[in-house]
Amino acid sequence: MALIETDQLEKKYEVGDSIVHALNKVSLQISAGEFVAVMGPSGSGKSTFMNVIGCLDEPTAGRYLLDGIDVSQMDRDALAEIRNEKIGFVFQGFNLLSRTTALENVEVPLLYSKNIPKDRSHKAREALKLLGLEERQQHHPNQLSGGQQQRVAIARALVNNAPLILADEPTGNLDTKTSVEIMELFVRLNEEKKITIVLVTHEPDISAYSKRIIRFLDGQIISDQENRP
Amino acid sequence: MINLPATIKISLRSLRVNKMRSALTMLGIIIGVAAVITMLAVGRGASNKISEQISAVGSNLIIVLPGSTTTGGIRLGSGAIQNLNRADADAIKSECSAVSTTAPILNGGAQIVYGNQNWATVVYGTDESMVEIRDWTLAIGRNFYEQEIRSAAKVCILGQTVVDNLFGNNDPIQQIIRIKKVPFTVIGVLDSKGQSMMGQDQDDIIYVPVTTAQRNLFGRTFPGTVRSIMVKAKSTEELDRAEAQIKELLRQRHRIGPTQEDDFTVRNLTQMMQMAEQSSKVMALLLAAIASVSLLVGGIGIMNIMLVSVTERTREIGIRMAVGAKSWDIRTQFIIEALILSLIGGLIGVLLGILSSELLSFFAGWTILISTYSIVLSFGFSGLVGIFFGFYPAYKASLMNPIDALRHE
Repeated sequence: MALIETDQLEKKYEVGDSIVHALNKVSLQISAGEFVAVMGPSGSGKSTFMNVIGCLDEPTAGRYLLDGIDVSQMDRDALAEIRNEKIGFVFQGFNLLSRTTALENVEVPLLYSKNIPKDRSHKAREALKLLGLEERQQHHPNQLSGGQQQRVAIARALVNNAPLILADEPTGNLDTKTSVEIMELFVRLNEEKKITIVLVTHEPDISAYSKRIIRFLDGQIISDQENRP
Repeated sequence: MINLPATIKISLRSLRVNKMRSALTMLGIIIGVAAVITMLAVGRGASNKISEQISAVGSNLIIVLPGSTTTGGIRLGSGAIQNLNRADADAIKSECSAVSTTAPILNGGAQIVYGNQNWATVVYGTDESMVEIRDWTLAIGRNFYEQEIRSAAKVCILGQTVVDNLFGNNDPIQQIIRIKKVPFTVIGVLDSKGQSMMGQDQDDIIYVPVTTAQRNLFGRTFPGTVRSIMVKAKSTEELDRAEAQIKELLRQRHRIGPTQEDDFTVRNLTQMMQMAEQSSKVMALLLAAIASVSLLVGGIGIMNIMLVSVTERTREIGIRMAVGAKSWDIRTQFIIEALILSLIGGLIGVLLGILSSELLSFFAGWTILISTYSIVLSFGFSGLVGIFFGFYPAYKASLMNPIDALRHE
């Protein structure tokens, strides 16, 4: 079964008098365990696509099934619950809570789970350990390098055992060497933990790590091909 | 489901980060709560003091005074004549059903001598009912016997101040003192009552039998009369009825025609003092109401700061929403933050209020009464203020769009 299945997905914005089709009848399927790179120039609709499949935004029309659940008509609290259980986000700007330790940052998704686990800090520590950050638990984001911060963010995405990681330009703020480290991390998570990864990037070097590349232009998919690294 | 300890921890951290701002926001609540507590303490202290004085004077008291008289078109003031006598007092006692007991009073100033000590005080000629009427008790010795009143015995009961001034630490019982050069045997000493509402020393007093006062001390100008009659009604409810009965009886006894004015005045002492107590209570509430306005202003300060905080932390809100925080979670977080601000402020305010009340009583000498009720009230009110004024900013935060919030710089 497909983890992500969209059917005629549309997203329209009204800008003044004109209507912008950020997504125009997008239909695609992403199976569990895939590693997909979404590419396209700015304004192509790839960010809107990520927001919609990340349940941060609701489509204007069309259907979206995530893990078999139709989420296109859900209200914001139901979407929040879906995000918490199914999706881990990794952002370009890391988006960690400042003035909060790495460990506590990783714990945040657990605080909003339906059943708040008692061993929160244990789980968070495990996730940090997986990313080789056990020494940095008590550091605040501003005491960590960019790569380390991004790894904390990835640990946060992993902590709830979400089957899907959505990464929006995860290496955009990192140097080449760190970018390689982060991308290898994604590959490892994909292969070892079978986590589905959907990644937005405009760098061919980064998309090269994925197994499938989807290109957007003007709100439509213009190409969808396998990629053999 | 919300994780309360974790939410409280988050709130505390964000308040700690902006220490100065949190402290200033709290200051509004602190001042408000402290003001409410102080005002209530002062107000309640005042009304408490008044009710103490009421019970010191004696409860359910009515005083009958001689009225004015007119001679040749000239109206003389109250007390210019003395037209009340012991028979009036006895008649009131026996014929008015709402009256419990009465005591005649014939008083005057006098110089008292004991050994080589002397003292000027007020001597009250009265009878054995006086002690009961004024809800007084004897520290040592005994009350008058009825027979001593009838026979105009030269015995007296002293107030505490008189004893202090004449006897020091010696036992006054059975000692002879001289009032206006007439020797009297001391038979009792009254308990101390302290100051009256008007600031008079109520213990600076001597009671002698009214008959003795008439015969040996103050009876020269109007023989056989008394200055006033103290009446004790059976209960507070009966006060009005007692007053009416006394008026009717005295008009009859003094043969006053239906068109003529009373030649006496009936004053309801208890009612007067209860009115004073009532008005001091109203004043206390008024003061507290004014003080609570500052609590309200403190609440607006909280709302202001919370709105700023929400805007500043838009990105944090976005992150929390992205990883699964529901509207409710965000709302609770900010309400708890406001609540913590107001409750900590309230707590400090309570302490400060108690402190300032104590300082007022220490330096200004005011009677204060800090009640648990006023502490619970103002603390609870500060919590309500926090929830009320925290709600709008929290609601605003919870309605944010996570995408916009994440993009916020």
